[in-house]
Amino acid sequence: MDSVIEVERLKKTYGDVIAVDDVSFAVDEGEIFGILGPNGAGKTTIVECLQGLRRPDSGRLRVFGLDPGRGKRELRGRIGSQLQESSLPDRIRVWEALDLFASLSPEPADWETLIGQWGLGDKRDASFASLSGGQRQRLLVALSLVNNPEVVFLDEMTTGLDPASRRVAWDLVAAIKARGTTVVLVTHFMDEAERLCDRLAIVDSGRVVAMGAPQRLIDEHAPQVLVRFSTDWADLGLLSDLQEVERVERYGSRVEVSGSGPVLAVVAAALVGHGILPTDLRAERASLEDVFLALTGGRFEEEPAS
Amino acid sequence: MRTTAKLAFVELKLFGREPLTVVFALALPLITLFVLGGVFGNDPDPEFYRGFGPMNYYTPGYVGLVLASIGLLSVPTHLAGNRERGVLRRFRAFSVSLWAVVGAEVLVSLCIAAVSGCVLVVASVMVYDVSWPQSPALCVAAFGLSSLCFASIGVLLGSLMPSARAAQAGGMLLWFTMMFVSGVGPPPEVLNTPLRTIGDLTPLKHVVIVLQDAWLGLGWNWGEAGIVAGLLLVSVLGITYLFRWE
Repeated sequence: MDSVIEVERLKKTYGDVIAVDDVSFAVDEGEIFGILGPNGAGKTTIVECLQGLRRPDSGRLRVFGLDPGRGKRELRGRIGSQLQESSLPDRIRVWEALDLFASLSPEPADWETLIGQWGLGDKRDASFASLSGGQRQRLLVALSLVNNPEVVFLDEMTTGLDPASRRVAWDLVAAIKARGTTVVLVTHFMDEAERLCDRLAIVDSGRVVAMGAPQRLIDEHAPQVLVRFSTDWADLGLLSDLQEVERVERYGSRVEVSGSGPVLAVVAAALVGHGILPTDLRAERASLEDVFLALTGGRFEEEPAS
Repeated sequence: MRTTAKLAFVELKLFGREPLTVVFALALPLITLFVLGGVFGNDPDPEFYRGFGPMNYYTPGYVGLVLASIGLLSVPTHLAGNRERGVLRRFRAFSVSLWAVVGAEVLVSLCIAAVSGCVLVVASVMVYDVSWPQSPALCVAAFGLSSLCFASIGVLLGSLMPSARAAQAGGMLLWFTMMFVSGVGPPPEVLNTPLRTIGDLTPLKHVVIVLQDAWLGLGWNWGEAGIVAGLLLVSVLGITYLFRWE
Protein backbone atom coordinates (compact mmCIF):
# COMPACT_ATOMS: atom_id res chain seq x y z
CA MET A 1 0.00 0.00 0.00
CA ASP A 2 1.07 3.55 -0.62
CA SER A 3 1.88 5.90 2.18
CA VAL A 4 -0.20 9.06 2.10
CA ILE A 5 1.64 10.60 5.02
CA GLU A 6 5.33 10.31 5.83
CA VAL A 7 6.93 11.77 8.92
CA GLU A 8 10.69 11.51 9.36
CA ARG A 9 12.51 12.68 12.47
CA LEU A 10 10.00 15.42 13.27
CA LYS A 11 11.10 17.74 16.04
CA LYS A 12 9.27 20.74 17.52
CA THR A 13 10.05 22.77 20.62
CA TYR A 14 8.15 25.58 22.29
CA GLY A 15 10.80 27.66 24.06
CA ASP A 16 12.60 25.21 26.30
CA VAL A 17 9.88 22.60 26.14
CA ILE A 18 10.43 19.78 23.68
CA ALA A 19 6.95 18.97 22.41
CA VAL A 20 7.88 16.46 19.70
CA ASP A 21 11.25 14.72 19.66
CA ASP A 22 12.45 12.67 16.72
CA VAL A 23 9.10 11.24 15.67
CA SER A 24 8.85 9.11 12.52
CA PHE A 25 5.92 7.18 11.08
CA ALA A 26 3.99 6.61 7.90
CA VAL A 27 0.26 6.34 7.29
CA ASP A 28 -1.03 4.01 4.59
CA GLU A 29 -3.86 4.82 2.26
CA GLY A 30 -7.27 3.83 3.55
CA GLU A 31 -6.29 2.93 7.09
CA ILE A 32 -7.22 4.41 10.44
CA PHE A 33 -3.93 5.40 11.99
CA GLY A 34 -3.99 6.29 15.67
CA ILE A 35 -1.76 8.65 17.59
CA LEU A 36 -2.29 7.63 21.17
CA GLY A 37 -0.82 9.12 24.29
CA PRO A 38 -1.51 11.08 27.46
CA ASN A 39 -2.32 14.80 27.43
CA GLY A 40 0.73 16.88 26.65
CA ALA A 41 2.51 14.03 24.86
CA GLY A 42 2.81 16.09 21.67
CA LYS A 43 0.03 14.43 19.65
CA THR A 44 -1.72 17.63 18.60
CA THR A 45 1.57 19.29 17.67
CA ILE A 46 2.31 16.41 15.30
CA VAL A 47 -0.98 16.68 13.43
CA GLU A 48 -0.86 20.48 13.40
CA CYS A 49 2.55 20.29 11.72
CA LEU A 50 1.07 17.84 9.21
CA GLN A 51 -1.71 20.31 8.41
CA GLY A 52 0.73 23.17 7.91
CA LEU A 53 -0.62 24.99 10.97
CA ARG A 54 2.75 24.82 12.73
CA ARG A 55 6.25 24.90 11.37
CA PRO A 56 8.45 22.02 12.59
CA ASP A 57 11.95 22.81 13.89
CA SER A 58 13.40 19.96 11.89
CA GLY A 59 12.38 16.77 10.16
CA ARG A 60 10.80 15.87 6.87
CA LEU A 61 7.01 15.86 6.46
CA ARG A 62 5.16 14.72 3.38
CA VAL A 63 1.41 14.60 2.80
CA PHE A 64 0.60 13.17 -0.64
CA GLY A 65 4.25 13.83 -1.40
CA LEU A 66 3.92 17.56 -0.61
CA ASP A 67 5.48 19.56 2.20
CA PRO A 68 2.47 20.74 4.25
CA GLY A 69 4.29 23.97 5.19
CA ARG A 70 4.69 24.99 1.55
CA GLY A 71 1.96 23.15 -0.30
CA LYS A 72 -0.90 24.30 1.90
CA ARG A 73 -2.96 25.53 -0.99
CA GLU A 74 -2.59 22.35 -3.02
CA LEU A 75 -3.38 20.27 0.06
CA ARG A 76 -6.38 22.37 1.02
CA GLY A 77 -8.87 20.27 -0.90
CA ARG A 78 -7.31 16.94 0.06
CA ILE A 79 -7.07 17.27 3.85
CA GLY A 80 -10.01 17.44 6.21
CA SER A 81 -9.61 18.34 9.83
CA GLN A 82 -11.48 18.14 13.07
CA LEU A 83 -9.32 20.51 15.07
CA GLN A 84 -9.01 20.27 18.80
CA GLU A 85 -10.59 23.26 20.60
CA SER A 86 -11.96 24.68 17.40
CA SER A 87 -15.61 25.48 17.65
CA LEU A 88 -18.10 27.59 15.71
CA PRO A 89 -19.88 30.87 16.44
CA ASP A 90 -22.89 30.30 18.73
CA ARG A 91 -25.38 31.86 16.39
CA ILE A 92 -24.38 30.16 13.17
CA ARG A 93 -26.94 27.63 11.89
CA VAL A 94 -26.00 24.10 10.94
CA TRP A 95 -26.62 24.57 7.23
CA GLU A 96 -24.84 27.94 7.19
CA ALA A 97 -21.68 26.42 8.65
CA LEU A 98 -21.67 23.59 6.10
CA ASP A 99 -22.50 25.95 3.25
CA LEU A 100 -19.76 28.39 4.31
CA PHE A 101 -16.99 25.83 4.58
CA ALA A 102 -18.13 24.07 1.42
CA SER A 103 -17.78 27.37 -0.40
CA LEU A 104 -14.23 27.72 0.96
CA SER A 105 -13.30 24.35 -0.58
CA PRO A 106 -11.98 23.87 -4.11
CA GLU A 107 -14.06 20.74 -4.75
CA PRO A 108 -16.75 20.66 -2.11
CA ALA A 109 -18.89 17.67 -1.19
CA ASP A 110 -22.63 18.07 -1.46
CA TRP A 111 -23.35 19.36 2.03
CA GLU A 112 -27.05 18.56 1.78
CA THR A 113 -26.04 14.90 1.55
CA LEU A 114 -23.63 15.26 4.47
CA ILE A 115 -26.40 16.73 6.65
CA GLY A 116 -28.46 13.61 6.06
CA GLN A 117 -25.56 11.17 6.42
CA TRP A 118 -24.55 12.58 9.78
CA GLY A 119 -28.07 12.64 11.17
CA LEU A 120 -28.45 16.41 11.27
CA GLY A 121 -31.46 16.65 8.95
CA ASP A 122 -33.85 17.83 11.64
CA LYS A 123 -31.20 20.24 13.02
CA ARG A 124 -30.58 21.94 9.70
CA ASP A 125 -31.77 25.36 10.87
CA ALA A 126 -30.69 25.01 14.51
CA SER A 127 -27.99 27.33 15.86
CA PHE A 128 -24.69 25.80 16.92
CA ALA A 129 -25.30 26.87 20.54
CA SER A 130 -28.55 24.90 20.70
CA LEU A 131 -26.97 21.58 19.66
CA SER A 132 -26.13 18.83 22.14
CA GLY A 133 -22.54 17.70 22.57
CA GLY A 134 -23.04 14.72 20.30
CA GLN A 135 -24.76 16.80 17.61
CA ARG A 136 -21.98 19.37 17.68
CA GLN A 137 -19.44 16.62 17.26
CA ARG A 138 -21.33 15.22 14.30
CA LEU A 139 -21.47 18.67 12.73
CA LEU A 140 -17.74 19.22 13.26
CA VAL A 141 -16.96 15.83 11.73
CA ALA A 142 -19.28 16.60 8.81
CA LEU A 143 -17.39 19.89 8.39
CA SER A 144 -14.11 18.00 8.24
CA LEU A 145 -15.53 16.06 5.27
CA VAL A 146 -17.10 19.00 3.47
CA ASN A 147 -14.10 19.46 1.15
CA ASN A 148 -14.18 15.81 0.08
CA PRO A 149 -10.81 15.06 1.65
CA GLU A 150 -8.67 12.00 0.97
CA VAL A 151 -7.27 12.07 4.49
CA VAL A 152 -8.99 13.44 7.56
CA PHE A 153 -7.41 14.37 10.90
CA LEU A 154 -9.63 13.80 13.92
CA ASP A 155 -8.13 15.36 17.05
CA GLU A 156 -9.70 14.25 20.34
CA MET A 157 -13.08 13.97 18.75
CA THR A 158 -14.71 12.18 21.67
CA THR A 159 -13.30 14.23 24.55
CA GLY A 160 -16.14 15.67 26.58
CA LEU A 161 -18.76 13.32 25.14
CA ASP A 162 -20.92 11.02 27.21
CA PRO A 163 -20.41 7.26 26.70
CA ALA A 164 -23.39 6.90 24.35
CA SER A 165 -22.22 9.76 22.12
CA ARG A 166 -18.70 8.33 22.12
CA ARG A 167 -20.01 5.08 20.70
CA VAL A 168 -21.90 6.97 18.04
CA ALA A 169 -18.71 8.87 17.21
CA TRP A 170 -16.84 5.57 16.86
CA ASP A 171 -19.39 4.40 14.31
CA LEU A 172 -18.86 7.69 12.47
CA VAL A 173 -15.12 7.09 12.24
CA ALA A 174 -15.75 3.61 10.89
CA ALA A 175 -18.14 5.17 8.37
CA ILE A 176 -15.46 7.62 7.23
CA LYS A 177 -13.06 4.75 6.65
CA ALA A 178 -15.76 2.85 4.79
CA ARG A 179 -15.99 5.66 2.24
CA GLY A 180 -12.32 5.13 1.51
CA THR A 181 -10.95 8.12 3.40
CA THR A 182 -7.72 7.69 5.35
CA VAL A 183 -8.15 8.69 8.98
CA VAL A 184 -5.53 9.97 11.42
CA LEU A 185 -7.11 9.65 14.84
CA VAL A 186 -5.56 11.51 17.76
CA THR A 187 -6.81 10.31 21.11
CA HIS A 188 -5.88 9.75 24.72
CA PHE A 189 -8.54 7.05 25.11
CA MET A 190 -6.98 3.58 25.04
CA ASP A 191 -10.26 1.79 24.35
CA GLU A 192 -11.03 4.10 21.45
CA ALA A 193 -7.64 3.52 19.83
CA GLU A 194 -7.82 -0.24 20.37
CA ARG A 195 -11.24 -0.48 18.88
CA LEU A 196 -10.84 1.80 15.87
CA CYS A 197 -7.24 1.86 14.73
CA ASP A 198 -5.70 -0.42 12.13
CA ARG A 199 -2.31 0.71 13.32
CA LEU A 200 -1.22 3.21 15.88
CA ALA A 201 1.75 5.00 17.35
CA ILE A 202 1.92 5.33 21.12
CA VAL A 203 3.44 8.70 21.96
CA ASP A 204 4.83 9.65 25.33
CA SER A 205 6.72 12.86 26.16
CA GLY A 206 7.13 13.71 22.49
CA ARG A 207 8.53 10.32 21.44
CA VAL A 208 7.01 7.30 19.76
CA VAL A 209 7.40 4.45 22.24
CA ALA A 210 5.67 1.77 20.17
CA MET A 211 4.00 1.40 16.81
CA GLY A 212 1.93 -1.27 15.11
CA ALA A 213 -1.46 -2.94 15.02
CA PRO A 214 -3.16 -2.81 18.43
CA GLN A 215 -3.29 -6.60 18.78
CA ARG A 216 0.35 -6.98 17.81
CA LEU A 217 1.38 -4.38 20.38
CA ILE A 218 -0.59 -6.23 23.02
CA ASP A 219 0.95 -9.58 22.05
CA GLU A 220 4.42 -8.07 22.12
CA HIS A 221 4.33 -5.88 25.15
CA ALA A 222 1.57 -7.25 27.36
CA PRO A 223 1.20 -10.95 26.57
CA GLN A 224 -0.38 -11.81 29.92
CA VAL A 225 -3.71 -13.55 29.93
CA LEU A 226 -5.95 -13.50 32.97
CA VAL A 227 -8.15 -16.55 33.46
CA ARG A 228 -11.08 -16.22 35.85
CA PHE A 229 -13.51 -18.76 37.23
CA SER A 230 -15.31 -19.68 40.44
CA THR A 231 -14.97 -22.87 42.42
CA ASP A 232 -15.30 -24.13 45.99
CA TRP A 233 -12.48 -26.60 45.45
CA ALA A 234 -9.98 -25.86 48.22
CA ASP A 235 -6.59 -26.92 46.93
CA LEU A 236 -5.52 -25.20 43.70
CA GLY A 237 -1.89 -26.31 43.88
CA LEU A 238 -2.56 -28.29 40.73
CA LEU A 239 -2.68 -25.00 38.79
CA SER A 240 0.43 -23.40 40.27
CA ASP A 241 2.50 -26.31 39.03
CA LEU A 242 1.56 -25.72 35.39
CA GLN A 243 4.29 -24.24 33.23
CA GLU A 244 2.12 -21.57 31.59
CA VAL A 245 0.78 -20.27 34.89
CA GLU A 246 2.58 -17.45 36.64
CA ARG A 247 0.31 -16.66 39.53
CA VAL A 248 -2.88 -17.92 41.16
CA GLU A 249 -4.98 -15.73 43.40
CA ARG A 250 -8.11 -16.50 45.26
CA TYR A 251 -10.87 -14.18 46.53
CA GLY A 252 -13.37 -16.39 48.31
CA SER A 253 -14.76 -18.64 45.64
CA ARG A 254 -13.42 -16.48 42.81
CA VAL A 255 -10.09 -17.48 41.31
CA GLU A 256 -7.76 -15.46 39.07
CA VAL A 257 -4.96 -17.21 37.22
CA SER A 258 -2.48 -15.14 35.26
CA GLY A 259 -0.12 -16.52 32.69
CA SER A 260 0.82 -16.40 29.07
CA GLY A 261 0.45 -18.40 25.89
CA PRO A 262 -2.24 -21.07 25.85
CA VAL A 263 -2.88 -20.68 29.57
CA LEU A 264 -6.65 -20.84 29.18
CA ALA A 265 -6.55 -24.23 27.44
CA VAL A 266 -4.03 -25.62 29.90
CA VAL A 267 -5.97 -24.43 32.93
CA ALA A 268 -9.23 -25.73 31.47
CA ALA A 269 -7.69 -29.14 30.80
CA ALA A 270 -6.25 -29.34 34.34
CA LEU A 271 -9.58 -28.38 35.91
CA VAL A 272 -11.52 -30.89 33.85
CA GLY A 273 -8.91 -33.54 34.63
CA HIS A 274 -9.67 -33.08 38.34
CA GLY A 275 -13.40 -33.07 37.87
CA ILE A 276 -13.73 -29.32 38.46
CA LEU A 277 -16.25 -27.92 35.97
CA PRO A 278 -16.73 -24.18 36.54
CA THR A 279 -19.54 -22.63 34.49
CA ASP A 280 -17.96 -19.18 34.33
CA LEU A 281 -14.47 -20.00 33.04
CA ARG A 282 -13.22 -17.17 30.82
CA ALA A 283 -10.04 -15.43 29.77
CA GLU A 284 -9.30 -11.71 29.64
CA ARG A 285 -6.70 -10.41 27.25
CA ALA A 286 -4.51 -7.48 28.13
CA SER A 287 -5.48 -4.14 26.62
CA LEU A 288 -3.55 -1.24 25.15
CA GLU A 289 -3.61 0.26 28.59
CA ASP A 290 -1.42 -2.59 29.80
CA VAL A 291 0.88 -1.99 26.83
CA PHE A 292 1.17 1.64 27.75
CA LEU A 293 1.85 0.85 31.39
CA ALA A 294 4.46 -1.73 30.42
CA LEU A 295 6.22 0.69 28.09
CA THR A 296 6.18 3.87 30.12
CA GLY A 297 6.23 2.67 33.69
CA GLY A 298 2.70 3.88 34.27
CA ARG A 299 2.53 7.59 33.98
CA PHE A 300 -0.76 7.77 32.15
CA GLU A 301 -2.66 10.76 33.45
CA GLU A 302 -6.36 10.58 32.92
CA GLU A 303 -8.11 13.67 31.71
CA PRO A 304 -9.65 15.50 34.65
CA ALA A 305 -13.43 15.24 34.61
CA SER A 306 -14.85 18.32 32.95
CA MET B 1 -12.89 37.88 -3.58
CA ARG B 2 -15.48 35.14 -3.62
CA THR B 3 -14.22 33.94 -0.24
CA THR B 4 -14.41 37.46 1.20
CA ALA B 5 -17.92 37.98 -0.11
CA LYS B 6 -19.12 34.63 1.22
CA LEU B 7 -17.52 35.22 4.61
CA ALA B 8 -18.95 38.74 4.75
CA PHE B 9 -22.44 37.48 3.97
CA VAL B 10 -22.36 34.89 6.76
CA GLU B 11 -20.73 37.33 9.18
CA LEU B 12 -23.39 39.91 8.38
CA LYS B 13 -26.09 37.45 9.38
CA LEU B 14 -24.21 36.64 12.59
CA PHE B 15 -23.83 40.35 13.41
CA GLY B 16 -27.52 40.82 12.88
CA ARG B 17 -28.20 38.10 15.47
CA GLU B 18 -25.83 39.72 17.97
CA PRO B 19 -27.83 41.85 20.44
CA LEU B 20 -24.82 43.99 21.34
CA THR B 21 -24.46 45.18 17.76
CA VAL B 22 -28.15 45.78 17.27
CA VAL B 23 -28.40 47.79 20.48
CA PHE B 24 -25.26 49.89 20.04
CA ALA B 25 -25.34 50.38 16.30
CA LEU B 26 -29.07 50.82 15.77
CA ALA B 27 -31.10 51.41 18.91
CA LEU B 28 -28.87 53.50 21.17
CA PRO B 29 -28.01 56.25 18.65
CA LEU B 30 -31.72 56.61 17.85
CA ILE B 31 -32.64 56.79 21.52
CA THR B 32 -29.91 59.38 22.15
CA LEU B 33 -31.10 61.32 19.14
CA PHE B 34 -34.66 61.48 20.43
CA VAL B 35 -33.66 62.30 24.01
CA LEU B 36 -31.21 65.07 23.10
CA GLY B 37 -33.47 66.28 20.31
CA GLY B 38 -36.29 66.53 22.83
CA VAL B 39 -34.06 68.52 25.20
CA PHE B 40 -32.30 70.88 22.76
CA GLY B 41 -34.60 71.08 19.73
CA ASN B 42 -33.04 72.45 16.57
CA ASP B 43 -32.90 76.22 17.15
CA PRO B 44 -29.39 77.59 16.54
CA ASP B 45 -27.52 79.19 19.44
CA PRO B 46 -24.41 81.17 18.40
CA GLU B 47 -22.54 80.11 21.56
CA PHE B 48 -22.89 76.37 21.11
CA TYR B 49 -22.74 73.71 18.44
CA ARG B 50 -20.44 75.70 16.19
CA GLY B 51 -23.36 78.10 15.70
CA PHE B 52 -25.63 75.48 14.11
CA GLY B 53 -28.94 74.07 15.23
CA PRO B 54 -28.25 71.31 17.81
CA MET B 55 -29.86 68.61 15.70
CA ASN B 56 -28.08 69.76 12.55
CA TYR B 57 -24.90 69.49 14.60
CA TYR B 58 -25.66 66.20 16.30
CA THR B 59 -26.93 64.19 13.35
CA PRO B 60 -23.53 63.75 11.62
CA GLY B 61 -22.01 63.34 15.09
CA TYR B 62 -24.30 60.42 15.82
CA VAL B 63 -23.39 58.84 12.54
CA GLY B 64 -19.80 59.05 13.82
CA LEU B 65 -20.93 57.51 17.08
CA VAL B 66 -22.44 54.59 15.20
CA LEU B 67 -19.19 54.05 13.32
CA ALA B 68 -17.35 54.13 16.65
CA SER B 69 -19.67 51.54 18.20
CA ILE B 70 -19.06 49.22 15.25
CA GLY B 71 -15.29 49.75 15.33
CA LEU B 72 -14.80 49.76 19.08
CA LEU B 73 -17.40 47.21 20.17
CA SER B 74 -18.93 45.00 17.49
CA VAL B 75 -15.94 44.12 15.33
CA PRO B 76 -13.38 43.56 18.14
CA THR B 77 -15.82 41.51 20.22
CA HIS B 78 -16.77 39.37 17.26
CA LEU B 79 -13.20 38.88 16.04
CA ALA B 80 -11.76 38.14 19.49
CA GLY B 81 -14.64 35.72 20.08
CA ASN B 82 -13.90 33.97 16.80
CA ARG B 83 -10.26 33.61 17.80
CA GLU B 84 -11.14 32.44 21.31
CA ARG B 85 -13.47 29.74 19.97
CA GLY B 86 -10.99 28.55 17.37
CA VAL B 87 -13.13 29.73 14.47
CA LEU B 88 -10.16 31.64 13.04
CA ARG B 89 -8.02 28.49 13.39
CA ARG B 90 -10.60 26.65 11.36
CA PHE B 91 -10.51 29.36 8.68
CA ARG B 92 -6.76 29.03 8.62
CA ALA B 93 -6.98 25.27 8.21
CA PHE B 94 -9.13 26.01 5.14
CA SER B 95 -6.34 28.32 3.85
CA VAL B 96 -8.47 31.44 4.17
CA SER B 97 -6.11 34.41 3.83
CA LEU B 98 -5.71 37.14 6.42
CA TRP B 99 -7.04 39.75 4.01
CA ALA B 100 -10.14 37.70 3.24
CA VAL B 101 -10.97 37.69 6.96
CA VAL B 102 -10.16 41.39 7.35
CA GLY B 103 -12.00 42.26 4.14
CA ALA B 104 -15.09 40.44 5.36
CA GLU B 105 -15.07 42.32 8.67
CA VAL B 106 -14.66 45.64 6.85
CA LEU B 107 -17.47 44.86 4.39
CA VAL B 108 -19.76 43.89 7.24
CA SER B 109 -18.88 47.10 9.10
CA LEU B 110 -19.68 49.18 6.03
CA CYS B 111 -23.05 47.47 5.61
CA ILE B 112 -24.11 47.95 9.22
CA ALA B 113 -22.83 51.53 9.19
CA ALA B 114 -24.73 52.32 6.00
CA VAL B 115 -28.03 50.93 7.29
CA SER B 116 -27.65 52.55 10.67
CA GLY B 117 -26.49 55.87 9.21
CA CYS B 118 -29.46 56.03 6.86
CA VAL B 119 -31.93 55.25 9.64
CA LEU B 120 -30.44 58.01 11.80
CA VAL B 121 -30.40 60.63 9.06
CA VAL B 122 -33.95 59.86 7.97
CA ALA B 123 -35.17 59.99 11.57
CA SER B 124 -33.55 63.37 12.25
CA VAL B 125 -34.78 64.86 9.00
CA MET B 126 -38.31 63.64 9.58
CA VAL B 127 -38.63 64.35 13.31
CA TYR B 128 -36.42 67.42 13.84
CA ASP B 129 -36.56 69.03 10.46
CA VAL B 130 -32.80 68.73 10.07
CA SER B 131 -31.71 70.17 6.73
CA TRP B 132 -30.35 67.86 4.03
CA PRO B 133 -26.68 68.40 3.27
CA GLN B 134 -25.79 70.69 0.37
CA SER B 135 -23.28 68.23 -0.98
CA PRO B 136 -24.38 64.62 -0.57
CA ALA B 137 -21.26 63.49 -2.48
CA LEU B 138 -18.97 65.01 0.14
CA CYS B 139 -21.04 63.37 2.87
CA VAL B 140 -20.75 59.98 1.23
CA ALA B 141 -16.99 60.44 0.86
CA ALA B 142 -16.63 61.51 4.50
CA PHE B 143 -18.80 58.59 5.56
CA GLY B 144 -16.79 56.11 3.47
CA LEU B 145 -13.44 57.29 4.81
CA SER B 146 -14.66 57.35 8.41
CA SER B 147 -16.26 53.89 8.16
CA LEU B 148 -13.07 52.39 6.75
CA CYS B 149 -11.07 54.04 9.51
CA PHE B 150 -13.20 52.65 12.34
CA ALA B 151 -13.57 49.25 10.68
CA SER B 152 -9.80 48.87 10.52
CA ILE B 153 -9.46 50.13 14.10
CA GLY B 154 -11.99 47.41 14.96
CA VAL B 155 -9.96 44.66 13.32
CA LEU B 156 -6.80 45.95 15.02
CA LEU B 157 -8.50 45.99 18.43
CA GLY B 158 -9.87 42.52 17.73
CA SER B 159 -6.32 41.37 16.98
CA LEU B 160 -5.03 42.78 20.26
CA MET B 161 -7.83 41.73 22.62
CA PRO B 162 -7.26 38.34 24.22
CA SER B 163 -10.95 37.40 24.55
CA ALA B 164 -14.45 38.47 23.59
CA ARG B 165 -15.12 39.59 27.16
CA ALA B 166 -11.98 41.73 27.25
CA ALA B 167 -12.90 43.20 23.87
CA GLN B 168 -16.40 44.02 25.06
CA ALA B 169 -15.25 45.63 28.32
CA GLY B 170 -12.41 47.55 26.66
CA GLY B 171 -14.68 48.60 23.81
CA MET B 172 -17.35 49.94 26.19
CA LEU B 173 -14.76 51.99 28.04
CA LEU B 174 -13.33 53.45 24.84
CA TRP B 175 -16.76 54.10 23.35
CA PHE B 176 -18.15 55.97 26.36
CA THR B 177 -14.94 57.94 26.86
CA MET B 178 -14.89 58.98 23.22
CA MET B 179 -18.58 59.83 23.30
CA PHE B 180 -18.07 62.36 26.11
CA VAL B 181 -14.94 64.09 24.84
CA SER B 182 -15.45 64.04 21.07
CA GLY B 183 -18.23 66.58 20.82
CA VAL B 184 -21.06 64.10 20.33
CA GLY B 185 -22.05 64.14 24.01
CA PRO B 186 -21.76 67.56 25.63
CA PRO B 187 -21.13 70.32 23.05
CA PRO B 188 -17.37 70.87 22.60
CA GLU B 189 -17.76 74.48 23.77
CA VAL B 190 -18.50 73.38 27.36
CA LEU B 191 -15.53 71.00 27.67
CA ASN B 192 -12.49 72.27 29.60
CA THR B 193 -9.01 72.26 28.07
CA PRO B 194 -7.79 68.87 29.37
CA LEU B 195 -10.97 67.19 28.16
CA ARG B 196 -10.62 68.84 24.76
CA THR B 197 -7.02 67.65 24.57
CA ILE B 198 -8.13 64.11 25.36
CA GLY B 199 -10.80 64.54 22.69
CA ASP B 200 -8.16 65.54 20.15
CA LEU B 201 -6.36 62.28 20.84
CA THR B 202 -9.38 60.14 20.02
CA PRO B 203 -10.20 59.06 16.46
CA LEU B 204 -13.89 59.87 16.98
CA LYS B 205 -13.25 63.61 17.40
CA HIS B 206 -11.60 63.80 13.98
CA VAL B 207 -14.16 61.54 12.33
CA VAL B 208 -16.97 63.72 13.73
CA ILE B 209 -15.44 66.93 12.36
CA VAL B 210 -14.91 65.40 8.91
CA LEU B 211 -18.54 64.22 8.89
CA GLN B 212 -19.92 67.47 10.28
CA ASP B 213 -18.01 69.73 7.91
CA ALA B 214 -19.29 67.75 4.96
CA TRP B 215 -22.82 67.63 6.33
CA LEU B 216 -23.05 71.26 7.42
CA GLY B 217 -21.79 72.59 4.11
CA LEU B 218 -18.37 73.70 5.42
CA GLY B 219 -16.63 71.75 2.68
CA TRP B 220 -14.03 69.01 2.78
CA ASN B 221 -11.78 69.36 5.83
CA TRP B 222 -8.43 68.25 4.39
CA GLY B 223 -6.54 68.48 7.68
CA GLU B 224 -8.97 66.34 9.69
CA ALA B 225 -9.54 63.97 6.77
CA GLY B 226 -5.76 63.56 6.61
CA ILE B 227 -5.69 62.56 10.28
CA VAL B 228 -8.52 60.04 9.72
CA ALA B 229 -6.75 58.61 6.66
CA GLY B 230 -3.53 58.43 8.70
CA LEU B 231 -5.31 56.49 11.44
CA LEU B 232 -6.69 54.14 8.79
CA LEU B 233 -3.19 53.54 7.42
CA VAL B 234 -1.70 52.97 10.87
CA SER B 235 -4.45 50.47 11.72
CA VAL B 236 -3.91 48.54 8.50
CA LEU B 237 -0.17 48.40 9.19
CA GLY B 238 -0.91 47.31 12.75
CA ILE B 239 -3.18 44.53 11.47
CA THR B 240 -0.42 43.28 9.16
CA TYR B 241 1.93 42.79 12.10
CA LEU B 242 -0.39 42.10 15.00
CA PHE B 243 -3.19 39.92 13.62
CA ARG B 244 -3.24 36.55 15.34
CA TRP B 245 -5.11 33.43 14.23
CA GLU B 246 -4.98 31.83 17.71
